[in-house]
Amino acid sequence: MSSPAEAILPGRQGVLRRLADTLWRHPRLLLLLMLAPPVLWLGVIYLGSLVALLVQSFFSIDEFSGLINYEFTLKTYRELLIPANFDILVRTVSMAAAVTLAAVVVAFPIAFYAARYARGKWKAAFYIGIMLPLWSSYLVKIYAWKLVLAKEGILNWIFAKLHLTWLLEAYLSIPVIGGNSLSVSYTGTFLVFLYVWLPFMILPLQAALERVPMNLLEASADLGGSSRQTFRHVVLPLAMPGVIAGSIFTFSLTLGDYIIPQIIGSSRLFIGQAVYSHQGTAGNIPLAAAFAVVPIVIMGFYLWMAKRAGAFDAL
Amino acid sequence: MTAAVLFSKVSRHYGLVKALDEVDLEVLEGEFFAMLGPSGSGKTTCLRQIAGFEQPTSGHIEIFGETAEGVPPFRRNVNTVFQDYALFPHLNVTDNVAYGLMIRGVEKKERYRIAAEALELVALPGLGSRRAGELSGGQRQRVALARALVNKPRVLLLDEPLGALDLKLREQMQEELKTLHRQLGITFVFVTHDQNEALSMADRVALFNEGRVVQVGTPQEIYRQPNSRFVADFVGSSNVLPPDFVATIMGASRWASLRPESIRLTQSGGHEAIVIASNFLGGSTRLALDVGSLRLHAIVPSVSVVPAVGEKVFIEWERQDVHLMEEGA
Repeated sequence: MSSPAEAILPGRQGVLRRLADTLWRHPRLLLLLMLAPPVLWLGVIYLGSLVALLVQSFFSIDEFSGLINYEFTLKTYRELLIPANFDILVRTVSMAAAVTLAAVVVAFPIAFYAARYARGKWKAAFYIGIMLPLWSSYLVKIYAWKLVLAKEGILNWIFAKLHLTWLLEAYLSIPVIGGNSLSVSYTGTFLVFLYVWLPFMILPLQAALERVPMNLLEASADLGGSSRQTFRHVVLPLAMPGVIAGSIFTFSLTLGDYIIPQIIGSSRLFIGQAVYSHQGTAGNIPLAAAFAVVPIVIMGFYLWMAKRAGAFDAL
Repeated sequence: MTAAVLFSKVSRHYGLVKALDEVDLEVLEGEFFAMLGPSGSGKTTCLRQIAGFEQPTSGHIEIFGETAEGVPPFRRNVNTVFQDYALFPHLNVTDNVAYGLMIRGVEKKERYRIAAEALELVALPGLGSRRAGELSGGQRQRVALARALVNKPRVLLLDEPLGALDLKLREQMQEELKTLHRQLGITFVFVTHDQNEALSMADRVALFNEGRVVQVGTPQEIYRQPNSRFVADFVGSSNVLPPDFVATIMGASRWASLRPESIRLTQSGGHEAIVIASNFLGGSTRLALDVGSLRLHAIVPSVSVVPAVGEKVFIEWERQDVHLMEEGA
């Protein structure tokens, strides 16, 4: 018999080996090394600026000099409640809620198909189809929609060709959601928001649905559940974390966006636009900060409600 | 008596693969029926046809005399215990068990009462508020059983329900399932790849191979009178004797089976054999023997002096223990 192999294999020599051995023996040290840069980035730069924002919102602006008064006050928050500003909040939150709800409804069948039925080539086609819009510039997409929705736009032309102009006119004459043309109505803003944020709803939803085992659907059917009941009692609750994840995207992105409502929609302001104008030309940093705090508070409240409603129970 | 489940010429094809190939099957009302076979033999596909998860490519299925093909699972009074239990992870044990009742609109108080009863039936009271994920494998199995029974199905389907349990728990559950079957008096259809499980539990066994039913009978029939080499080999690993050998001892040129425990060691006479391997199994010892060109297995009691590997021994068996099979030469 030849000489037996060594029980402990020799490793690479030198500092690198000693370092590798040390890290292997102290996995926490390795974790610390890997986490330090992102934690510094998130903790110091992101959270730091968030705190700065929060602090700013408790200052106020001197109405005569236009200078910031560095004293703690709730005056700026009171200012949020005056009708002109409060309208902005209501308008933005309503829009975000409508966009989120519509995104869930539109995304569900697409995500369900992709998670359950699409295989191989079709799955690849699905991913490209969903991601492709994200690769092109956001501004290009919005201006493209402007061309679609404008008074002389594609949609009007199609309605005219189908002799349905009266239908469009009737729709546009509805107060609040109507307007002179789709491109200057809330409906237009809503459609573009829905289009631009839809991938952010589909992808988490698809991931959640993919994790629902097929045999749970069979078990539900086996116990007498029709397709509708199975959806209501099994698929939806198990997909809820995905719905919440997607809605965090659609809801918060809509709350914060200031470009879409500026290009498409009535000229009434959304939160993002208010922040933009107050911190820019108006120079009212405290009010801009207070406006910016609103989406954060709303999202926190939303997640708390979702947790209380058991949306994360399936996790 | 009407058949609980009746298959006539049922086929199920996946592309070119014939998962079920013209299967004829009759499950009687109230019996414990086992579908036994190696993996991929079509037994689970067969079960899924009864549950309604899959539709036959051709053929006809009746459940209690009513046509079943084209009827969705939720309109069949048939319930399934799934292989990996398929408990709903977002519901606690009680809500899992009460799911079928909730679907049928039974009011909350009533369905919780029935669910508690069902949990008691499967010897699992007091765990109602736990989540499925917090239970052990054996407990999940019982919850799955209670959930399937709560709808009072005419046929209970069990898809390898004991596969994931360890030996001791499995034996205990086998007993409990048999007791439950006697208690409830409903038809059980049980899928397994474990021949001991099928033989010890079932009233009748259907043996599947390559999408076909190769033999149906009571466990005794299947064990003592296998009709083909496959059955003889699969159920209890019988010795299969080739036609030329059978011709010398029985005079008929047919395949035959000889159970290992039918072979005895003798001092002299009978057939001369060389011991190739010896496995001590506790109460008995399993020997591999070379008899001329033939390899035989014998199971002998460990009390006698067990021959060592390489030793020459003499073996014999009773003439009636050699079972001539239908399968020809």
